[in-house]
Amino acid sequence: MRRTILAGAFALGLAGPATAQQQPVEIQFWHGLTQPLGGMLEQIAADFNASQNQYRVVASFRGSYPETMVAAIAAFRAGQAPHIVQMFEVGTGTMMAAGRAVKPVHELLAETGVQIPFDDYLPAVRGYYSLRDGRMMSMPFNSSTAVVFYNKDAFRRAGLDPEAFPQTWQALEQAARRLKAAGVECPMTMAWPTWTQVEQFSAIHNIPLATQGNGFGGLNAELRINNPLMVRHLQNLVDWQREGLFRYGGRDGQGDALFPNGTCAIIFGSSGLRARIQREAQFPWGVAMLPYYDGVAGAPINSIIGGASFWAMNRGPNATRSAEENRGIAQFFAWLARPEVVRKWHVETGFLPVRVSVFRALEAEGFYRQNPGADIPINQLLRGGGQMTENSMGIRLGGFVEIRTIIQEEMERAFQGQQNAQQALDNAVQRGNVVLRNFERQNRQ
Amino acid sequence: MQKKVIFRGVALPVALLLPQLVITGIFFFWPAGQAIWSSFLREDAFGLSREFVWFENFADILTDPNYLAVAWNTAIFSAAVAVLAMGVALFLAVQADKAIRGATAYKTLLIWPYAVAPAVAAVLWLFLFHPQIGLFGRALNAAGIAWDYKINGGQAMTLVIIAAAWKQVSYNFIFFLAGLQSIPRNVLEAAAIDGARPTRRFWTIVFPLISPTTFFLLVVNLVYAFFDTFGIIHALTQGGPGLATTTLIYRVYVDGVQNLNFGSSAAQSVILMALVIAMTAVQFRFIERKVHY
Repeated sequence: MRRTILAGAFALGLAGPATAQQQPVEIQFWHGLTQPLGGMLEQIAADFNASQNQYRVVASFRGSYPETMVAAIAAFRAGQAPHIVQMFEVGTGTMMAAGRAVKPVHELLAETGVQIPFDDYLPAVRGYYSLRDGRMMSMPFNSSTAVVFYNKDAFRRAGLDPEAFPQTWQALEQAARRLKAAGVECPMTMAWPTWTQVEQFSAIHNIPLATQGNGFGGLNAELRINNPLMVRHLQNLVDWQREGLFRYGGRDGQGDALFPNGTCAIIFGSSGLRARIQREAQFPWGVAMLPYYDGVAGAPINSIIGGASFWAMNRGPNATRSAEENRGIAQFFAWLARPEVVRKWHVETGFLPVRVSVFRALEAEGFYRQNPGADIPINQLLRGGGQMTENSMGIRLGGFVEIRTIIQEEMERAFQGQQNAQQALDNAVQRGNVVLRNFERQNRQ
Repeated sequence: MQKKVIFRGVALPVALLLPQLVITGIFFFWPAGQAIWSSFLREDAFGLSREFVWFENFADILTDPNYLAVAWNTAIFSAAVAVLAMGVALFLAVQADKAIRGATAYKTLLIWPYAVAPAVAAVLWLFLFHPQIGLFGRALNAAGIAWDYKINGGQAMTLVIIAAAWKQVSYNFIFFLAGLQSIPRNVLEAAAIDGARPTRRFWTIVFPLISPTTFFLLVVNLVYAFFDTFGIIHALTQGGPGLATTTLIYRVYVDGVQNLNFGSSAAQSVILMALVIAMTAVQFRFIERKVHY
């Protein structure tokens, strides 16, 4: 008995100074994912902490994406920024222009000698978060894209083939008419109106959302969404809404609810909606790629991504990080790139497998045969051979949060019949350009 | 006759005033000064570069047609909320003032909504009027009335007005009830003996006698509609559809917190600050003087 106590004391005596020396470096990590996703993300951080004892990632939830963004910016101004912040894709342009507020991932990796195989990342994911020359600015993590979910029962009732979703808008319009004739109260709806009907729409039709390659080429970009194809599409949506073929479901993710409860037969939404549909829908459903207008040269090509990436931040306007802190951030990013982490996140959440090798491995194992439609988002991102154009690489506009709100507002006014599609998009361009010019002026180097 | 107590020396009165002065300075003058200073600046979100632009932020706001539309929304919204909240409260107060059984219970119940947080109140109304999940929203649609406040500006405005007014009815009710109870009974009885019917008694005696209360409540309600309804609008409509339910205070939030345009947002708050100073001045100058207890 005494011996064990002595041995214990001896062991403690030895361990004491050792642990004091290796007090783990704390890495503050702010994220904007609600439950259950937030818990899964925090579990990844906990796994990282358990895998080594040099660094401790402290993950904390800071509200929705926009709230997290605002919190991180306010913290930076106060010299208290987190080491890592999860930023939704809309904030990418703002972060890119943030100068010494952020620590670009390529710099971080070069300084710490940590390797991350970005070659293996999906091109659409890599492109969204890198500079034009390919250097990564942030660490991609949870990515999604827009797809179509449709109610197979409703299709059957309307005499449509439930296994073949219409590929073009023209065919889809006919299908919607038949759904309505068959008594479906709401044939089509959408979530994230700007993202699914303007941003994704422009990308897959290979038309510019803004000049300067959607802003990748510089801060002097101007919106181009009042082009004939975009006008035609919005006018169609407005007309279809009047005819009862289409229903506006509200801003941001509000439209999500209309599909799982069976109200609407078709929804354009985030691929991340899959988990909710799986849980709630009481009917057989299918996934399909976004439709395109027949006759548009070169369409369709790949869609773009949504979701969020992780940014390394400096502590404040006049404070940088120690080499040790930077190493911790880089190590954690490398952990996020591990195939098993990428795979688990994809399988459990429905977000994209950001690494191509993970996708191929799952494909070989038959995962997508057991989960039909789970590969549609990835195949859509690789549509057109995965050769992205400057219109389908992503969007790099400053103040894009505000621009999205503006486009939504102008769309809503069109849906209320206060203006037609041309006027709505002209107004959106004019108001959006004011935002872009202000951003350019505030961030002039 | 006035009695003045005069302190000798300066140290003691200053020491006695100090806590109040410090609190006012830190929590009112300092932030207000910051807002005024920011309203002359343009800076990026991270505060890494700033530019002094004089009155450019103000000029931009005041020439923005959308800002004027929002100001007009605010006028309609505030007037409607004040009239609705005060009208309903006055009606309820008159009813509760009558000798009825269980009057205390009514009074207590009518005061409850005031304790509900604005965002919670908004969620309650959302559950009633949401077109798909709301009790009344579904009933309206089933009855053939196309109710969808997410895409109908008029309906959205109506909904936020009702929700905002409902919150304020309790507060007004308490004041009206107190005002009614302070009216001398013998005046009313004399009028009744002279043959004045209840309606006539209300308009010729009760209403003029509670007019100081009404004026006071009008100012309070307008200030409430201007500044305290952010939570309701945010939870119900987020200012949409279009800009149909965006009020001045909501736009300050959108520009400052969502869009990170601190300069523009600060300039808008300075405009609001001027507005509330003007309203308070009006209240002190013209209304407080007429209140006799």
